[in-house]
Amino acid sequence: MFGKLTLEAVPYHEPIIMVTLAVVALLGFGVFAALTYYRKWGYLWSEWLTSVDHKKIGVMYILVALIMLLRGFADAIMMRGQLAMAQGAEQGFLPPEHYDQIFTAHGVIMIIFMAMPFMVGLMNIAVPLQIGARDVAFPFLNSLSFWLFVAGAILVNVSLGVGEFARTGWVAYPPLAELGYSPGVGVDYYIWALQLSGLGTLLTGVNFLVTVFKMRTPGMTLMKMPIFTWACTFTNILIVASFPILTATLGLLTLDRYLDMHFFTNELGGNAMMYINLFWAWGHPEVYILILPAFGIFSEVISTFSGKKLFGYTSMVWASGAITLLGFVVWLHHFFTMGSGANVNAFFGVATMIISVPTGVKLFSWLFTMFRGRVHFTTPVLWTLGFMVTFTIGGMTGVLLAVPGADYVLHNSLFLIAHFHNTIIGGAVFGYLAGFTFWFPKAFGFKLDERLGKGAFWCWFTGFFVAFMPLYVLGFMGMTRRLNHYDNPLWQPYLIVAFCGAALIFCGILFQLAQLIVSFKNREQLRDLTGDPWGGRTLEWSTSSPPPFYNFAQLPTVHTLDAFYDMKEKGTAYQRPENYSPIHMPKNTAAGVVIGLLGAVFGFAMIWHIWWMAGLSFLGMVATFIVRSYNQDVDYYVQPDEIERIEDRHHARFEAHGNALNSHSLAGQV
Amino acid sequence: MKIEQFTGYLKHLVWLPLLILGGCKMALLDPKGQVGMDEKSLIITATLLMLIVVIPVIVMTLAFAWKYRAGNTKATYRPNWAHSNRIELVVWLVPCIIVAILGTITWTSTHELDPYRPLDSDVKPIEIQVVSLDWKWLFIYPEQGIATVNEIAFPTDTPVNFKITSQSAMNSFFIPQLGSQIYSMAGMQTKLHLIANHEGSFEGISANLSGEGFSDMKFQAIATSEQGFTDWVARVKANSDNLDQSNYPALAAPSTADPVRYFGSVSSTLYQHILMQYAHGGHHAMHHAEHADADMAGMSMNARIEESH
Repeated sequence: MFGKLTLEAVPYHEPIIMVTLAVVALLGFGVFAALTYYRKWGYLWSEWLTSVDHKKIGVMYILVALIMLLRGFADAIMMRGQLAMAQGAEQGFLPPEHYDQIFTAHGVIMIIFMAMPFMVGLMNIAVPLQIGARDVAFPFLNSLSFWLFVAGAILVNVSLGVGEFARTGWVAYPPLAELGYSPGVGVDYYIWALQLSGLGTLLTGVNFLVTVFKMRTPGMTLMKMPIFTWACTFTNILIVASFPILTATLGLLTLDRYLDMHFFTNELGGNAMMYINLFWAWGHPEVYILILPAFGIFSEVISTFSGKKLFGYTSMVWASGAITLLGFVVWLHHFFTMGSGANVNAFFGVATMIISVPTGVKLFSWLFTMFRGRVHFTTPVLWTLGFMVTFTIGGMTGVLLAVPGADYVLHNSLFLIAHFHNTIIGGAVFGYLAGFTFWFPKAFGFKLDERLGKGAFWCWFTGFFVAFMPLYVLGFMGMTRRLNHYDNPLWQPYLIVAFCGAALIFCGILFQLAQLIVSFKNREQLRDLTGDPWGGRTLEWSTSSPPPFYNFAQLPTVHTLDAFYDMKEKGTAYQRPENYSPIHMPKNTAAGVVIGLLGAVFGFAMIWHIWWMAGLSFLGMVATFIVRSYNQDVDYYVQPDEIERIEDRHHARFEAHGNALNSHSLAGQV
Repeated sequence: MKIEQFTGYLKHLVWLPLLILGGCKMALLDPKGQVGMDEKSLIITATLLMLIVVIPVIVMTLAFAWKYRAGNTKATYRPNWAHSNRIELVVWLVPCIIVAILGTITWTSTHELDPYRPLDSDVKPIEIQVVSLDWKWLFIYPEQGIATVNEIAFPTDTPVNFKITSQSAMNSFFIPQLGSQIYSMAGMQTKLHLIANHEGSFEGISANLSGEGFSDMKFQAIATSEQGFTDWVARVKANSDNLDQSNYPALAAPSTADPVRYFGSVSSTLYQHILMQYAHGGHHAMHHAEHADADMAGMSMNARIEESH
C-alpha cells in the first residue's frame, strides 16, 4: 500500500533531526494558529498563493529562498562544527552516514533552493518593471514555475524527517548514486526535488525570454534595456539551453535506478563519465546563471548610488554575452583529473581563462562608474564594494584552478571549496543581498533599516574571509573535500578559525532578520512615498512603491538608456495623462498551486514507490492543466475609474510628501 | 624565454605573503618529487601573473570609492561621462594580454604535466597497479609478484608508473606531496606517472567521495633507497598470504580504516580480471584485457586512445 514507506523511515534515533523537526513543527503550528486566529487564510489564498502578479511571485520566491538559506546555513554550521572537532581519535558528533547527507543537502539547498529562487525572485520583481511591462508574458506559467519549485523544496525538507537525503555530494556522481551503492531513498529525493524545481526554472526561463523580447514598452530597443534586464536575459538563455540537459541526465539516472537500465552503472556497458560530462554541461552554465544577474544588480547599484551613468554599457552587454557563450564550452574543467588527453585539458583550461577577460572588463566598468561620480555608501554599495574586492580574489583562484597542471593537485581540495564559495557568496549572494536592499522599498513601500543592514554586511564580509581563507590554506595542506574526520593536528586550528567565520556569518544573518523586524516596525518612518527612494535611473522607480498591480497606469515611452533619469532631466517624469484607458490584466488562478502541490505528492510517491499515489497525483496534475487550458475566463480589464482612483491616491501622497517633481538629485534622500 | 626569466625573478617574492601563514607545513608547497615541484612553480607563476591585475583592481576599488565618496565635493563629478575609447581599449587589452601569456603557459604545462606522459628518466620505471576498493587501496606489483593494502614503497629517483582502476565507486588516487592525482574508475584504466626525489613516507588519500568509509581511505607511500625497496619487497614476500580471484571478493567487501596488509604472492591475472569484470557481463574478460584502454576510449569523449610512443 505504501511502497517502501514504513514507520522506520522516521529517524527517531537521531536527536539532532528530531529536535529540528520539533522546532519546525512548533513554528509551523504557530504560523497555522496565527493565520487561523487572524482569519488570514482567505487573504493568503486569494492574494498570494493563487496570485499571478509577478511582484508577489517574486516576493514569495525570496521568502522561500530566505527560509532555505537558514536551512542551508544550519547544515553549513554543523559541517564546520564537525570538522572543527573531528581530529585524530575524535570522530565528531556526525557519523559519515549523517554527515554525508548534510553536505549533500547543503550544496543542493544553497544552489537550487536558495540562490536560484533568490535570483528568480529579484528577476520577477524587477524585470517587468524595468521594461515597462504590466506582467510577464505568461502569468499563469509564472505561478506554475514557482509552485513546481516549491514542490522541490518541500521534497528536500521532507527528506529530513521521512527517510534520508542523498549521501553522494550535490553532484550525485554515479556509480555511487546508483542503486548498488546508494540503495536508500536519498538519491531519489535528490532526483525528484531537482526534476520538479528544474522544470519550474526552465519554464521561468522561457517566460522571461518571451517577456523581454515581446513586452518592452514603446521605444525601448534592446540596447536601451536596463543592464539588469540584459543580465537576466542572458541568464534565461543559459537556463533554456542548459536545464534540459539536467532534466535528461537525471531522467537517465532515474531509469537506471527504477527500471534497471545501465546508462551510468559499472555493469553492462554503463558509463559514469557520460553522467559527469552531462552534469557539468548543465552545472557550469548554472554558475553563470547565478552570477550574471548579480553582475546586473551591481551595475544598477553602482550607477544609481554614484549618481552617474554606467560606464561602458555596450561593453557590459557584450561581456555578458561573451560569458554566456563561453560558459558553455568550459564544463570539462570540473574534471581535468578524469584522464582526458593533454590537448583536451589544455583547450578547456584556456577556454576557462578567456572568461576572465569579459569578467575583468565588467570589474573595470564598475570601477570607472565610480570614477568622477558621487558614491553614497549605502548598504547596497557596501555589498557591491565588498563583492568587487572578494570576487576579484575568487576570480584569481578560479583561473588558477583552470590551469590543468595546478588543478591536478588542487582538484577536490578545500582550495576548490574556498574558491567557489568565494565566487558564489562573494559574487552571487552579495549581489542578491544588494538587490534585496535596493528593490525592497519598491516591493514593500518602505526602506530597510540602514544601520542593521550595514551590520549585516560587515558580519558577512569579515565572516566570509574568516571562514574561507583558512580553507584556501587547507587546500595547500592537502586536505580534500567531504572528509568526515581527519588525522592531522596541523589542520585543526584552521578549521576552528573557519568555524568562527561561519559563526560571524550567522551574526550577519541575525542582523538581517533583525533588520526585517525593525524595518517593519518603523515602516512609517521608512516609508517611500515617491516611488523613487534612491534617485533611480530606470523605469521601476517611475511608478509608486509598491507599484499598483498593473505597474504602470500608462505605458512609458522610452527615448534613451536610463529612461527614468532622462524623464526627470527633461521634466517629463510623473506626467499624468488626460484620461486612462482600460488595462488588460490576468486573473488569479489556483491551477499553479494545485499542480505544484500535486507535483510534490507525485515526487514523494515516486520516491517511496507508492505507485497508485504517483499515478493519481500525475493524473491530477495533467487534469488540472487541461481544465486550466479550457478555461476561457482568465483575464479582465481594469476600468479607467479604478485606475484613476489608485493613481490619485498615489499622487496625493506623493505631493503631500513635499518632494518636488524635480527630485532627481540624490542628496538627502539616502 | 623572457617570460621564464621574469617569472623566475618574481618567484622569490611569493614567499612574502606566505610568511604570514607562519611556517605551517603545506604539502603542496613542500613537494618531494619532480611532478609536484613543477606544479608548485606553475601555481606560483600563474598566481603572480594574475596579481598584476588583481592587486590594481582591489586598490582601485578602494581608492575610487574613497576619492569619489559623496562627501568629497572637491572631487570632479561628471554624471554623464560613461564612455572612453582609451579606457575601453585598456580594460579589454590588459586582461587579454595576461590571458594570452597564461594561456601559453597553460598549453605547454598541460602537455608537460600530463599525468599519462611517462617521465623522462634513464632509470627503468617501476609499475604499480592500483585498485580502489570500498574503502581501501589495493596495490599490485606485477614485476615483483606481490600485493599490498594501504601501503606502497618505491625507490627514489625512479619513475613510478601507476595503472589505476576501481572495484566500485569512483575515487581519486592522490599523493599530495608527489603531485598529480587521477580518478580511479571501475571497468576503466587511468594512468599516472610520478617520481619521488626525496626519501620519506608520504600520505596518500582518495580525493573523491566514494561512500561511508572514504575519510579513512588512506595509504602510505614510502620513497626509499634502492636497498630499502629491496628489503621492503622481501618483507612483503615473506608473508605467506596469496591473493587471487578466489579470495579477492572477500578483500573487496566493504570495510573501513583497514590496516596495512601484505600478500607475498598475487595472481598475475588478478588486475586484468578486476579491470575487465564489468566488460561484456564479465564473461570472456581475460581475452579483452589487452584492449582495456581502447575500450574505455570508445565509451566516452573523455577517455583516450593509447598513444603509441
